[in-house]
Amino acid sequence: MSGAGSGYDLSVTTFSPEGRVFQVEYAGKAVDNGVPSVGVACKDGAILAVEKPEETKMMLPGSNRRIFTVAKHVGMAVPGKLPDGRQIVSRAQQECENYKRFYGNTIPTKVLSDRLANYCHAFSLYWHLRPLGSAALTASYDDNGPHIYLSETNGVSYRYYGIAVGKGRQGIKTELERLKLGNMTCREALKTVCKCLIKQRDDQGSKKFEIEMAWICDESDRQFVRVPEDVAKEAEDAAKREIEQEDEDSSDMES
Amino acid sequence: DHEAIRRRSGARVRRASWKRRRSGEGVRVGSNGRASQGLSIDTSVEGFDKGRSRENERTNDRTIDRSGEEGDDERTRRRGRKRKGEGERGARRVESASRGLSIDTSFGGFDARTGVWSRGKGKMEAPTKMKEVLTGTTIIACTYDGGVILGADSRTSSGNYVANKVADKITKVCDKVYLCRSGSAAHTQAVAGYANLYLNQHAIELGDKGCSVKAAANIVKEIAYGNKAWMNAGMIIAGWDKKEKGKVFVVPLGGTLMDVPFAVGGSGSIYINAFVDRNWKPNMTKEECKSFVRKAVSLAISRDGSSGGVIRTVTVNEHEQVKEFVTGNEVPVYQDEIQSKGPPQVEFVSV
Repeated sequence: MSGAGSGYDLSVTTFSPEGRVFQVEYAGKAVDNGVPSVGVACKDGAILAVEKPEETKMMLPGSNRRIFTVAKHVGMAVPGKLPDGRQIVSRAQQECENYKRFYGNTIPTKVLSDRLANYCHAFSLYWHLRPLGSAALTASYDDNGPHIYLSETNGVSYRYYGIAVGKGRQGIKTELERLKLGNMTCREALKTVCKCLIKQRDDQGSKKFEIEMAWICDESDRQFVRVPEDVAKEAEDAAKREIEQEDEDSSDMES
Repeated sequence: DHEAIRRRSGARVRRASWKRRRSGEGVRVGSNGRASQGLSIDTSVEGFDKGRSRENERTNDRTIDRSGEEGDDERTRRRGRKRKGEGERGARRVESASRGLSIDTSFGGFDARTGVWSRGKGKMEAPTKMKEVLTGTTIIACTYDGGVILGADSRTSSGNYVANKVADKITKVCDKVYLCRSGSAAHTQAVAGYANLYLNQHAIELGDKGCSVKAAANIVKEIAYGNKAWMNAGMIIAGWDKKEKGKVFVVPLGGTLMDVPFAVGGSGSIYINAFVDRNWKPNMTKEECKSFVRKAVSLAISRDGSSGGVIRTVTVNEHEQVKEFVTGNEVPVYQDEIQSKGPPQVEFVSV
């Protein structure tokens, strides 16, 4: 890890001569090397999916949550460092509650993601703090339809039709660009999202993994909830079947 | 701030209660039964009179802090004195505005509850002294098919003196959201100022979407409820927003928030409650609603001394926000009121 910064990367309050803040970029790398996460906004809702490798056989499956509910109408996945991510989630929950208490309405997603972006950015302004090593991939469904926002470690926050972060994101993004997400329902999109996630794995074959999925759509009554187990399983199995069919060299696919 | 007010009022009440006990007046019980919170109130004192205390309370949901109200024994007096910055002298620090929790005025000052200053020569008698400026008023807001209409009279009184004959009690707090003010003119102007400030910031954050009436009403309610101990403001928030169309909210004394199809407020409202209840119907046209609002306000003006002047109306709907008023001589009069239209009945003789 030497060389790139060559002395300008020792503190978050130092710019390099090209105008880059290396510490913030390195924080972004923590997200880039993190678990693959996908968010898509469909016709009738939004989906978040995170693919987690099984770290140890002794851990109960489903216990290391990566997707959190921030408010009834908003949910968040936190790729990157999980503890940093929990900090962002906690802040988002407070923002939602304060907004509701003061203004009486539920927080519009644009406002929430702007505030989170400001929050992440604040950590890059002080010498005694380090930037958070986690992004906030927010899914919501409010009066203006389904939204997916990504608030990154450097403090920007954009709205997407579909976005992937973490390992293998390039491949997933290419796949997502081919889809007409605006015409798909959430159920259909679930299978496609699983497919993208499974395909991008560099396969050792033996490693087990778990896909954590959550959505907010008309089917879930516009509340952010985990995808019901049977629906999730069905989507995953369908995705695996499709991959096997597509792939001529079936030996490379993981089970 | 709340803590300071409670501390100061605590001392004041304690001292007052001690004095009043001496004069046989007894102690007033807070309307939410503070006695039950472990404070003991000496009810064995001669002259203790629950009935009188209830009639002195202006409203049932006003929380008056009685912490510190106990017997006048040594421990209580000492405890009271221990509070920061207080003591027997603390009770004298009256600058006023408004703590007015007791009417024992041996040390003089301003009693916000009755809106009266006193010079401290003993108990107050008739309220003939200078009064705080009040908007004893009639305010009304109704929804109709497509929007809302707000109406108000225009008299601001300070006791018997009319401070402003042509006051505008309908204040804009946000694009397409208005606030009708009643109660203390100072308090409501302050609340409207804060609401305007927060709503402007809110509108910027929201971007293209306008402020919702609900958000405006919520902000007013937070301010009213958060300062309920000393505030005297009853407000009606009404306006039009894209999501819910025309809406009326009312925040009476105490800081409740109610979502209603129509509302009346102010001192003149009591005379027209029945009229409005009987005659409002949903989905009126704009003209029907406007004449309904004007009729209601004119009826209140004809019976309430603190209401008068012109009748102002504001119409808010998707396309427009129109402020109008009916001049004083056009305001409808009833029964034996003097007609101000036409030639004068009495000729003026030049001297």
